[in-house]
Amino acid sequence: MNAARRHLFSRPWIWSFAATIIVWIVTVLFTGGASSLDLSQAALTFAAFSVIVGIGQMFVITLGPGNIDLSVPATMTLSGTLALKLMDVQDGMIIVGLLLSILLGFAVGIGNYVLIKLLRIPPIIATLSMSFIIQSTAIWANRGLRIKPPDMLADFTTSNLFGIPNIAIVALILSALAWVLLEKTIYGRWISAIGQSTFAARMTGIPVDGTRLVTYILCAVLASICGYLLASFSGGAALNMGSEYLLMSIAVVVIGGTAVAGGNSNIPGIWGASLFMFLVVSMLNTYGFGAGFRLILTGLIIIAVIFVAGGRQSNR
Amino acid sequence: MKISSGTIRLLIPAASLILLLAAVFYMQPRAMSYTGLNLLFNLAVPIALATVAQMLIMAVNDLDLSMGTFVSFCACVTATFLQSSPAVGVLIFLSAIAAYAAIGVVIHLRELPSIVVTLGMSFVWGGLAVLMLPSPGGEAPGWARWLMTSRPPFVPMAIVASVVIALATHFLIMRSSAGVLIRGVGGNVRSVERAGWSVIRIRAGTYALAGFFAVLSGIALVGLTTSADANIALRYTLLSIAGVILGGGEFVGGKVSPIGAVIGALTLTLAGSFLSFMRISPDWQIGAQGAILIVVLALRLFLNRLEKREKSR
Repeated sequence: MNAARRHLFSRPWIWSFAATIIVWIVTVLFTGGASSLDLSQAALTFAAFSVIVGIGQMFVITLGPGNIDLSVPATMTLSGTLALKLMDVQDGMIIVGLLLSILLGFAVGIGNYVLIKLLRIPPIIATLSMSFIIQSTAIWANRGLRIKPPDMLADFTTSNLFGIPNIAIVALILSALAWVLLEKTIYGRWISAIGQSTFAARMTGIPVDGTRLVTYILCAVLASICGYLLASFSGGAALNMGSEYLLMSIAVVVIGGTAVAGGNSNIPGIWGASLFMFLVVSMLNTYGFGAGFRLILTGLIIIAVIFVAGGRQSNR
Repeated sequence: MKISSGTIRLLIPAASLILLLAAVFYMQPRAMSYTGLNLLFNLAVPIALATVAQMLIMAVNDLDLSMGTFVSFCACVTATFLQSSPAVGVLIFLSAIAAYAAIGVVIHLRELPSIVVTLGMSFVWGGLAVLMLPSPGGEAPGWARWLMTSRPPFVPMAIVASVVIALATHFLIMRSSAGVLIRGVGGNVRSVERAGWSVIRIRAGTYALAGFFAVLSGIALVGLTTSADANIALRYTLLSIAGVILGGGEFVGGKVSPIGAVIGALTLTLAGSFLSFMRISPDWQIGAQGAILIVVLALRLFLNRLEKREKSR
């Protein structure tokens, strides 16, 4: 029993949640508790977007050193743009738009892995080159007027159920699915094994290439879904809508306690880190810092968190 | 004659650069002049310096995601403090380099992932730059302007500068004992440690050196553009990583090539000009840049395979 408790406290995600709670309290203290519900709802909504892309990125990072997907922001933008264009403000097309997004994610994921596998390009460069091409397609497709999302979809993404934002519920369901996938299926064991030692994984007969392909597809599909939701939430797709999610998707994964060296991942940490990243910015806003100081403090806080938590998660 | 693997590593980036240059000359023969070459490669100088900085970090198996914001920060310092009160400017640069060394120490001591620490630092540098120059402005110091726009006889400044950077860093990284230690940390930390060297000092020194080259990149950039803003060099982060890889460097194992990195930076710059000569619609310019990157890397794979087949015969 005692050992179990110690096990819990040694979990890396504890730290991101502790940091989140501290930041939340500090922010609410300033406002005197007046807006604590609004703050929590906003945090859940915006964290949800980071969580969705973060989960995809986490699966990729788990694959081991060098695995990372830089095409996430471009995929989000293209998916949002194309889906809204296809739906064309008709409620009946909502599902079709979602299917298009998922299909696009499949295509991007396969494209990424083809570059990585066939051309032996390091994933960073492969996904970067891919993102250039996707970005161009998005620029080309984004010509003309800004198209609004269908009303039903816009309502869904901006409203709450029992006080919890719908987007957060979607992200929660996706996280639960990802957790099952990671912890309870053979696929989850495979990606951890590949991350710990690709060579050993290959020797034991794990289909390394197939598993990696599925992982890159999974990441791109999650980015697509996130782009679809984000474009609907913000009333239209914009070309730069994904840009902040490049660094965000990596930051939430690592702050959340997933080992950058691969082979070890955890999903609760992504929630903690996403909430934390949003709350830090809103805390600094509440205290009236200018843009410059806000950036500096955000950076220092990220480093401080990783500094405190970092030594525990690495047992190299 | 036996060709070393290092030379082969260099041949491929050089071949792709020459190929691209030939294509540009074919489409626009007027580029084949002093002024033409200068225009083609002008912006390559700061990118080459940033690529060398990134290469140093990659030589010790780390990655610097703050390169773009740091060069932007240096550009802002150059356009403000270094211009109005040089002593303060130099002092800021020295502390920035010290900060880089400190980052190296922190990463080493706590065994932190460099990606995250530099990610955090990118916010810090970005914030400092915004504080200094909230809106685009400032002015280039006269000497930086003079240096970057000077016209040496026969060979344009951009080419002279690239060659100087390539040779200087080649001797520093490939020929000096300090360079061997840096690459040794990337190749096998334990053996460097066992040989009695202080890895923490080597890493701090490498980071400081990278900071120094990034500072030079910022100064060179402002010398060309005459003014700065906080976002002036954001794309350098990805450009510098791509440049190192194009030049034959690798993410792990301390396998880097300074001359290759400079060539990689030149290739990336040239790719931009090549596309505008091709009259590709602006919509597709970024995409075509990605395609060029893919083609060059595919070419490298093809040549590598060819070389292996020769060997096995």
